[in-house]
Amino acid sequence: MTLHAYDRPVSYIGASVPRPNATRLLQGRGRYVDDKVLPRMVHAAFVRSPHAHARILSIDVSAARALPGVVAIYDGADMAKVITPWVGVLTHLSGMRSPPQPALAHGVAHWQGEPVVMVIAQSRAVAEDAAALVDIDYEVLPAVCDMDTALAPDAPRIHPGLDSNLCWERKFETGAVDAAFADPTTTVVERRFTFGRHTGVTLEPRAVIGDYDPSEDRLTMHYSGQAPHMMQSVVSRHLGVPEARVRVVAEDVGGSFGIKIHTYGDEIATLAAAKMLKRPVKFVADRLESFLSDIHARDHRITARAAVDADGRLTAVEIDDVTGIGPYSVYPRSSGIEGNQVVNLTGAPYDFPAYRARLRVVFQNKTPMCQYRAVGHPIAVAVMEGLMDDLAHATGRDPADMRRINLRRDDSYPCTSPQGMRFADLSHQQCMEKLLTLMDYEGLKADRDAARARGIHRGIGLVSMVEVTNPSPMFYGVGGAPIAAQDGATARLDASGAVHVANSITEQGQGTETILAQITADVMGVTMADVHVTTGDTATVPYGGGTWASRGAGIGGEAMLQAARALRAQVLEVAGVILQAAPDTLTLVGGAVVDAATGAERITLRDLARTVYYRGNELPPGLKPELIATRHYRVTDYPFVFTNGAMASYVEVDPDTGMVKLLSHWVVEDVGTILNEKLVDEQIRGGVVQGIGGALFEECIYSDDGQMQNATMADYLVPMAGEMPDITIAHVCTPTRTSDLGAKGAGEAGTAGAPAAVMNAINDALRPLGAATLSQMPMTPERILRALGTVA
Amino acid sequence: MKTNAFAYVRADTVPDALRLYAEAGEDARYLAGGQSLMAALNFRLDEPSTLIDITRVAALRGIVADADAIRIGALTRHADVADSAVITAELPLIHAAIGHVAHPAIRNRGTFGGSVALADPAAEMPACVLALGGVMEIAGQDGTRHVPADAFFLGTYETALAPGELLTGVTIQRPAPGSRWGFAELARRAGDYAMAGLCLMIAPDRRDARVVFFSISDRPVRARAAEAAIIAGASVIEVAAVATDGIEVYGDLNAGIATKRHYASVLLRRELARLDQQEAAA
Ligand SMILES: Cc1cc2nc3c(=O)[nH]c(=O)nc-3n(C[C@H](O)[C@H](O)[C@H](O)COP(=O)(O)OP(=O)(O)OC[C@H]3O[C@@H](n4cnc5c(N)ncnc54)[C@H](O)[C@@H]3O)c2cc1C
Repeated sequence: MTLHAYDRPVSYIGASVPRPNATRLLQGRGRYVDDKVLPRMVHAAFVRSPHAHARILSIDVSAARALPGVVAIYDGADMAKVITPWVGVLTHLSGMRSPPQPALAHGVAHWQGEPVVMVIAQSRAVAEDAAALVDIDYEVLPAVCDMDTALAPDAPRIHPGLDSNLCWERKFETGAVDAAFADPTTTVVERRFTFGRHTGVTLEPRAVIGDYDPSEDRLTMHYSGQAPHMMQSVVSRHLGVPEARVRVVAEDVGGSFGIKIHTYGDEIATLAAAKMLKRPVKFVADRLESFLSDIHARDHRITARAAVDADGRLTAVEIDDVTGIGPYSVYPRSSGIEGNQVVNLTGAPYDFPAYRARLRVVFQNKTPMCQYRAVGHPIAVAVMEGLMDDLAHATGRDPADMRRINLRRDDSYPCTSPQGMRFADLSHQQCMEKLLTLMDYEGLKADRDAARARGIHRGIGLVSMVEVTNPSPMFYGVGGAPIAAQDGATARLDASGAVHVANSITEQGQGTETILAQITADVMGVTMADVHVTTGDTATVPYGGGTWASRGAGIGGEAMLQAARALRAQVLEVAGVILQAAPDTLTLVGGAVVDAATGAERITLRDLARTVYYRGNELPPGLKPELIATRHYRVTDYPFVFTNGAMASYVEVDPDTGMVKLLSHWVVEDVGTILNEKLVDEQIRGGVVQGIGGALFEECIYSDDGQMQNATMADYLVPMAGEMPDITIAHVCTPTRTSDLGAKGAGEAGTAGAPAAVMNAINDALRPLGAATLSQMPMTPERILRALGTVA
Repeated sequence: MKTNAFAYVRADTVPDALRLYAEAGEDARYLAGGQSLMAALNFRLDEPSTLIDITRVAALRGIVADADAIRIGALTRHADVADSAVITAELPLIHAAIGHVAHPAIRNRGTFGGSVALADPAAEMPACVLALGGVMEIAGQDGTRHVPADAFFLGTYETALAPGELLTGVTIQRPAPGSRWGFAELARRAGDYAMAGLCLMIAPDRRDARVVFFSISDRPVRARAAEAAIIAGASVIEVAAVATDGIEVYGDLNAGIATKRHYASVLLRRELARLDQQEAAA
C-alpha cells in the first residue's frame, strides 16, 4: 500500500496552523528593541525642527549640557563629521534627482519634525528635559507645501542647487491615444482624484539600539525593521564601519507596513553616537515624533480619463499624476517607486491598446513620503475603478458588465500590458464571477434599490485589481540599491532529530516564522514543534532581502522549500546506506525514515542523526553527510509575480450627516498556493482595514505653512474595529509558474483594493441624490456633505 | 513623551487634599482618573511640580439619591456611572451619554468629576450637567461653595474652579415626572470626541426646555433660541432652524463651522422628531 499525501500525519503546507510565536508574544515574552537593556546603555532624544523650512542660525546647548545626567549633545555639524550623507535616487528611474541628505539637519531644516539636535542622557526623561533647554535660533523660510504650486516657475526652491522642485518626471505612451480619445464613436470620461497623505502607525514605533565595541571595531544595530541586510550595507557605507563588522539584529518587530524599511537620520545618528561614546545608545520614537518622522504615504493628485467604444471596450486610458514626496527622495529605495507603480499598474486588470501617463514627483517641505504597504496600488486601482464606474454610468451598463467586457481573459496568459508588465497565471474572470456569487450581487442590488425607495442610501462598489509581488532584481538592485531580490534559507538536522532553519526573510507579525516552519515540517516529516526558526540576524541567517513587497512566502518560502528538500535528500541518502535500501524507497514521516511503500518505520531522525554525529565510524568512509543545506532563490524569467483579485464593498451613507456605515466587504483573491489560509485571510483582512483607513479616516492634515495638525492618536484617525464591516474572503488558486511552491504575495491585496471599493460604493449610494462624485480620500463626512452641496 | 519630574503625594480626605495643595502651591495638580492629565503631562503641555492623588478619598466616590436630588461624587468612575441603577432610572440622559465617553478602558479609570473639572468643550458629562441644571459642590480653603452649571463652564478647559479648589460632587434635581430627554452625537469613530453633540431636557407640557450642544463651541452651550422656540410650541423644523442662533461656533479638524452648525441642527431635528414620535405612540 502506498502512502497517500492525506495519510501523512503531518502535512502542513496549506493547513491553517496557529502561529508558534503567538504564545510567546501573548505572554509578554516578546523581545522588541525597547525590551532590551544593555550594560552602560544611554538614551537619545531629538530636538526637531518646529518649522517646515528654516535656516538654522545658531544652536546653544549650554543650558542643556549643564543638566545633570546629560552625556552628550550633537548637532548637524557634529554628525556630518562622522556620517556621510545619502542620496535617495535609483539609476533606473532615469533623470531622478535628490540632494544629499544629512542625518541631522545641517544649515537648513526642510520639514517640521526633521531632527536637528541629538541629546543623549542617562534616561529618556532626562534627555527630553535637556532637549527642551536647547536654544535654536531659526530664520523661517517660505515653505513649499502644495505640490501644484511647488512646480510653479516662481515657487521658492527647496534646494538651491536644483533648478526646480521637480524630483523626477516620467512620461510613457503607447498606442494611438489621441486618436482613441478623438474618435467620435467612443464615450470618454474624465475625473480628477486627490489622495491625501497618511502614514503607517505601527503599534511598536521605530526603535534602535547602537552597540559599538571599539576593541573589534564591531557595530551592532538592534533594529525594528524589515531588511537587516540592506541596513547592514547602509550603515557600513555611511558610518565607515566595514560591512562584515556591522551586525543588524531584528528580533520581534511590532508591525512595519513599509515604514521600517527606510534610512532614518535619527536612527543612523543613534548608531554614530554609540560609536563615538563607545557605549550602547537607545532611541525609541515616541508617537508624536513617529507622526512627524516616519515616512508618509500616497499624496497624489491625478487627472485621468478613459474611452470605450460602442461595445463598451476600453480603447484608451490616460493619467497625469503629481505626487508630493517631502524634501528628499528617501534612501535607498527612492520616493519614485510609488508614482512609478501608479503608472505601471493603472488599468492592469483590463485589456486595452492605448495608454499615456505622465508622472511628476515633487519636492515639498513636508515629512518625506515613501513606500508603504501596497506601494502605488490603491491609487492605480482607485483611479481605474473609478473610471470604470463612470464609464458604466455614462454608457448605461451595469458596473459588473463593464468589467466583464474588459477584464483580461483567464486563458490569455502569459501576456503583456500596455505598460510592458508581463502577466502570467492570473484569474480576473474567475475572481470576478466568484465575487459576484459570494456577495449575491443581484440580491444586493435588489436590497439597495428597495432601501432607496425607503430613503436609505446604500451603494455597491466593485473592484478588480492586480498586485505586484515577489519582485525580481528589476525592482531595486538594477537601480544600484543595496537591496537583495533573492533570499536564502538554511535547514539543519541536529543530534536530537530536530530541524533548525534560518531564513533571510523577517517577521513583523505577518506569520513569516510560521510558514517557514510549516514548509520545513512538511518536507522533513516532522512536527512543527521540532522546527526551530531563526530570522532577522545578519550574523546567523543567509544573505537576503527581507520582508517587503509581499515577497516573504513567495521568495523566502521557496528558498526554504528548496533547502528543506536538499536536507531531506541528504537524510534519505544516509538512511539508504544505513538501512541498505534505495533512498527512493524511503520517505520521512513522523520524525522518522519510513518505508515509502508500507509506512513501516525504519529509523528515527534522532537515531540517524546520532549515528552521523556520534558514531560516524559505522558509516562507510566515502559517506560524509552534511545534514545541513542552504539554498537561495530569486525570481527569474519574470520581473514580478503578479497577483490578482476582486473586491466589493456595500455601504450606507447618511446624506444628512455624511456619515458612512460599512455594511459588508468581500474579497476574492488569487495568491497562488496557499500555505496557511488563516494567515492569508488575516493579511487580507488587515489590508482591507488599512485600505479603509486611507479611504475614510487616515490623513496627515497640514496647515498652509507645513505644520502637521493632527500628530496624535486622538486626532489622526486610524480605523478601529467598531466601524469595520465583516470581511468575507474566498480564494482562487493559480500557482505561479515561477517556483515549485507556487506561492504569490498576499500582503498587498486588501490595501490595494479596499479604498476603491469603498469609494465606488459611496458614489453609487450618492448618485441618485445628484451629488458631485467623491474623488478625494479620505472621504470624510464633511467632504461628503460638500459633494452633496449641504455645506460650502 | 516622558513627563517632567514631579513630586507625588496622596490625600486620604478632602481637607488633606486641600492642605497638600496649600503646601505645594499653584503648580500642583489633583490627580483623579489621570486619563486626561497624564496625556497632558506626557506631551509636556503641563509640567506640574506636584501631583496630589485624590483617588483614595473615599468620601468623593459614589452616587446617592434622596427624595429631591441625586448626588454624583466627583471620583465616581465613568464605568460606575454607566452601571448605576439610580442613574439609569433617574437620569437616563446621563446613562445614554456615558457610553459615548471614550472606551471601556478609559471609563474604568476616568472620573465624572475629572471630566466636569477639566471642562473639555467636546465632553459629554459637562453637557449633561448643564442640561440637567446640576450644581457643583466645591471645597476650598474657605469651606464649601455651590455653583450652578450655568455659571460653571467658562471656556475651553476653563471653569469657575479657583486654583486649589476641589470639585467634590455634582447635585442634580430629579427631573419632573413626565420630562422628556434626548441625547445624540456624531463622532467619526465610536468613542471619539464628537463633531457635534446634543443634550436635551424638556419639562412636561414644554413648560421648560434646556437644549445644550457640545463640541461646537468653546464650552457646552445652551441654545437659548431653540429653547424659547420649544417652549413657544414651535414645530420641529422651526426649532431646528434656529438651533445655533446666537451661539459662537468654532470649527475643528473634522468639521468646520458650517458643518458644525448643520450638524447641530440635524441632531436637534432628529431628536425632537424622535420625541414627537414617541409621544404620538404613547
Ligand atoms: C483616548 C481617550 C478618549 C477620550 N474620549 C472622551 C470622550 O469621548 N468624551 C469625554 O468626555 N472624555 C473623553 N476622554 C477623557 C476622559 O473622559 C477623562 O477621563 C476625563 O475627561 C478626565 O477625568 P479623569 O478622572 O481621568 O481626570 P484627570 O485626568 O485625573 O484630571 C483632569 C484634570 O481635572 C483635574 N481634576 C480632576 N478631578 C478633579 C476634582 N475632583 N476637582 C478639581 N479638579 C480635578 C485634574 O487636576 C486635571 O487638571 C477620553 C480620554 C482618552 C484618553
